[in-house]
Amino acid sequence: MNTPTTVPTNVPTSAAANVPALDIQGLHLRLPGTARPVLAGVDLTVAARETVALVGESGSGKTLTSRSALRLLPLKATTQGAVRVAGEDVLTMNPDQLRRLRTHTAAMIFQDPRAAINPLRRVGDFLTESLRLNAGASAAEATARATRMLEAVGLSAGALRQYPGQLSGGMLQRVMIAAALMGDPALILADEPTTALDVTTQAEVVGLLDDLREQFGTGLLFVTHDLGLAAAISDRVYVMYAGRIAETGPADALFNRPRHPYTAALLNSTPRPEAPQGRLAAIEGQPPSIQEELTGCPFAPRCRFATEICTERMPEQLPVPDEPSHLVACHHSDQLAGSLIDA
Amino acid sequence: MRETNPQPAPTAGATILEVSGLCRSFGSVKAVDDVSFSLSAGMSLGIVGESGSGKTTTARIVVGLERADTGQVLVQGQDRTARHAGRGRAHRLARARGIQMVFQDPYLSLDPRTTVEAVLRETLRLHFPKADHTGRIAELLGQVGLGPREAAALPRRLSGGQRQRVAIARALAVEPAVLVLDEAVAALDVSVQAQILNLLADIREQTGIGYLFITHDLGVVRCVTDDVIVMRNGRVVESGPTAQILAEPQHPYTRLLLDSVPRPGWDPRHIAAARRAL
Amino acid sequence: MTTELVRRPGLARIRLSRTKPGRSWLYLLCLGFLVLIVLLALLAPWLSPHDSNAVDLGNALAGPSGVHPLGVDGSGRDTASRLITGARTSLLGPLGVVLFSTVAGVAVGLAAGWRGGWLDSLLSRSTELIFAFPGLLLAILIVSIYGEGLTAPVVALGVAYLPYVSRLTRSLVLAERERPYVEAYRVQGHSGLQICLRHVLPNIAPVVLAQSTINFGYALIDLAGLSFLGLGVPALTPDWGRMVFDGETAIQSGYPLSAILPCVMIVLTVVAFNVVGERWADQVARRDR
Repeated sequence: MNTPTTVPTNVPTSAAANVPALDIQGLHLRLPGTARPVLAGVDLTVAARETVALVGESGSGKTLTSRSALRLLPLKATTQGAVRVAGEDVLTMNPDQLRRLRTHTAAMIFQDPRAAINPLRRVGDFLTESLRLNAGASAAEATARATRMLEAVGLSAGALRQYPGQLSGGMLQRVMIAAALMGDPALILADEPTTALDVTTQAEVVGLLDDLREQFGTGLLFVTHDLGLAAAISDRVYVMYAGRIAETGPADALFNRPRHPYTAALLNSTPRPEAPQGRLAAIEGQPPSIQEELTGCPFAPRCRFATEICTERMPEQLPVPDEPSHLVACHHSDQLAGSLIDA
Repeated sequence: MRETNPQPAPTAGATILEVSGLCRSFGSVKAVDDVSFSLSAGMSLGIVGESGSGKTTTARIVVGLERADTGQVLVQGQDRTARHAGRGRAHRLARARGIQMVFQDPYLSLDPRTTVEAVLRETLRLHFPKADHTGRIAELLGQVGLGPREAAALPRRLSGGQRQRVAIARALAVEPAVLVLDEAVAALDVSVQAQILNLLADIREQTGIGYLFITHDLGVVRCVTDDVIVMRNGRVVESGPTAQILAEPQHPYTRLLLDSVPRPGWDPRHIAAARRAL
Repeated sequence: MTTELVRRPGLARIRLSRTKPGRSWLYLLCLGFLVLIVLLALLAPWLSPHDSNAVDLGNALAGPSGVHPLGVDGSGRDTASRLITGARTSLLGPLGVVLFSTVAGVAVGLAAGWRGGWLDSLLSRSTELIFAFPGLLLAILIVSIYGEGLTAPVVALGVAYLPYVSRLTRSLVLAERERPYVEAYRVQGHSGLQICLRHVLPNIAPVVLAQSTINFGYALIDLAGLSFLGLGVPALTPDWGRMVFDGETAIQSGYPLSAILPCVMIVLTVVAFNVVGERWADQVARRDR
């Protein structure tokens, strides 16, 4: 557990071995004016030093799930369940504890770096602001740490004096990563951090995140819509659909032996350079709207294995036989057993 | 799993788009540097590159939104280079009949105050003033998979995929020979993207229209194009049939792009090194 | 969206009610008041108890009574009737100012924002010249040349307000011009003029009109001010601003009612226009988000 020091050191004190960086249990989130909860019972853990990917499309609830770790929720939202970051439940914190959490324990990297930084202030101001205001660090200490962080992400100290407009997208996203590391967090949340970047820059940024996770001992929750990217960089993957976890397990198990029809369909409909030219096996229809009530499995209307039980009863998350860490919420998860997807 | 289509036989091989020697600079930066390519009827050509490669500027020059400094754009044999084209209504309409465009952002490329039906009606009234439009509007909507409920809706009531279908219908309403798709599926979810790519393949088969597909996504380019050119810093570094280029890339930059596509067992670190080496 | 809405501070705080945005009591009150004023103006000949110009010197400066519910002014004219009849010129004048400045301002702003280049420079520099003149002084100048009457001050103020509208319009057009749908229409083959009038203008109109509603209030104050200075409507016209001017002697005699009541009417009407206009502007801004 982090005690509020003025300037955190590089030693990963926060990675107390057995306390998971993030532990979400039974999270329900309801917004006013909707027929069903936006998040309906989400369970998710990120251990220290682990990279976990959260995959889903628009409306799946993946962004809200990651934001709940910082309690960055819409004003009128009502929540149930627990979201524990480094052992402390975020949902029941008072404003002071919340502020300490956001300064020291958890940090977020957003999708568009240009939208997340004030274009009128220098990069150095941006990096040191939080420590100077919230942790009472002196300008010199904060600047020294900022310089170290910039070097860790591969930028020179000269960047401190530059304005965001003078940096490219990739460099700016590195600045955001450095900013996230300033408080020596136990948990880093990355919400589609590479979607706005070129593919080659994406590779660099992703590699960097991985290195830093190792070096600083933080847990990383990587939110993305790209299942291929998720499988390539993470240890474990969660796939979300309509506010629920559809499937979760080790990355290669999910990618090579998916058991949920949605995961399989998502993999099939992703175009890949090594596949032959031709039509994709697209999923028909659209995800259920937030105004629709759901009784059974939310994917049933679009699923080719759907039967009556699928529209009546919500499937529970059950482990796949012989793979205890691979959980799937489907009445017919055995239908996909034995089938291999083109990698 | 995945259906493969045999390569469609090129219909008469007529060249509908020919671009030669395009150059465009913004200040000291050469955004487009001596770019040439051609597109035959019913074929699909992809332009692949990252930001700053000049692919978007090239597309905009081809469509007439930008002016090239030098070079020539021939659409169906007619010189449509912005510098040479005449002014006036007849030229404007003739150019629009040759080549149309679908933009990246489905929401911003539609007027927020115009319903779907009004959008199509406007276009039809501009280019085919004498005809009766109601039937044609229904036909176009059916072709892109939309119905009367969407026809009466404003853009903000539609999903991203539906909006992009409207944009495609609007472009098809003009009956162009070439359709330029500028990152047309980049802003869509994966499952919606697959639906739109299939739709585009269907339309090409039905109407024999030619595609110029601008994208940064190699998977998309593989799926939907016959030939591809790879651009970097304004120049064409490699060109040829898509299948061949992606299977056996000759240029190191193309190889770098292919390596950057994430897949299991992928090591992002040596991509950074390779990028610096270039 | 970057728009310049000139707001007077303070009122906004009262306006934010705790209930849903549709139910602000202040807004409804002001809207009702404006409707009342407009009705008074339209039905003035039938509503006013006496002839507003009937002089009765024997009764000068009398207080409220059964016959004259709001008293009389220095010449014995019934205040209530003058207030009701005065609503006509007091509303007509600002209406003229707002109509003129909006139509001319939008035209100038559209031309400058859409075409850009030398036309933009020319129009922008010209409107900036007008900015440099305080509106009231410009009005006084023109009135002193053209003499009394409602037309001269209305035109003068219309010209003085034009730059505000044109500057707002221009910045809105500049922003709208960058939106992809404008390019999409160009690729479709529409001419620039068609796109500007049929698509850009309807999209920016709500913001401009909301601002114009607020300008109504300012125009009312400026016109009343001109009348108060004696430059504006002719001497005997029942006009609220003129009534304040005419009431100078009444104030000096210690019977200020005939001068204070028109002031109160002016203030209430301007406040009402501001509240309604700001509310409309907020709704427009919220809708576009």
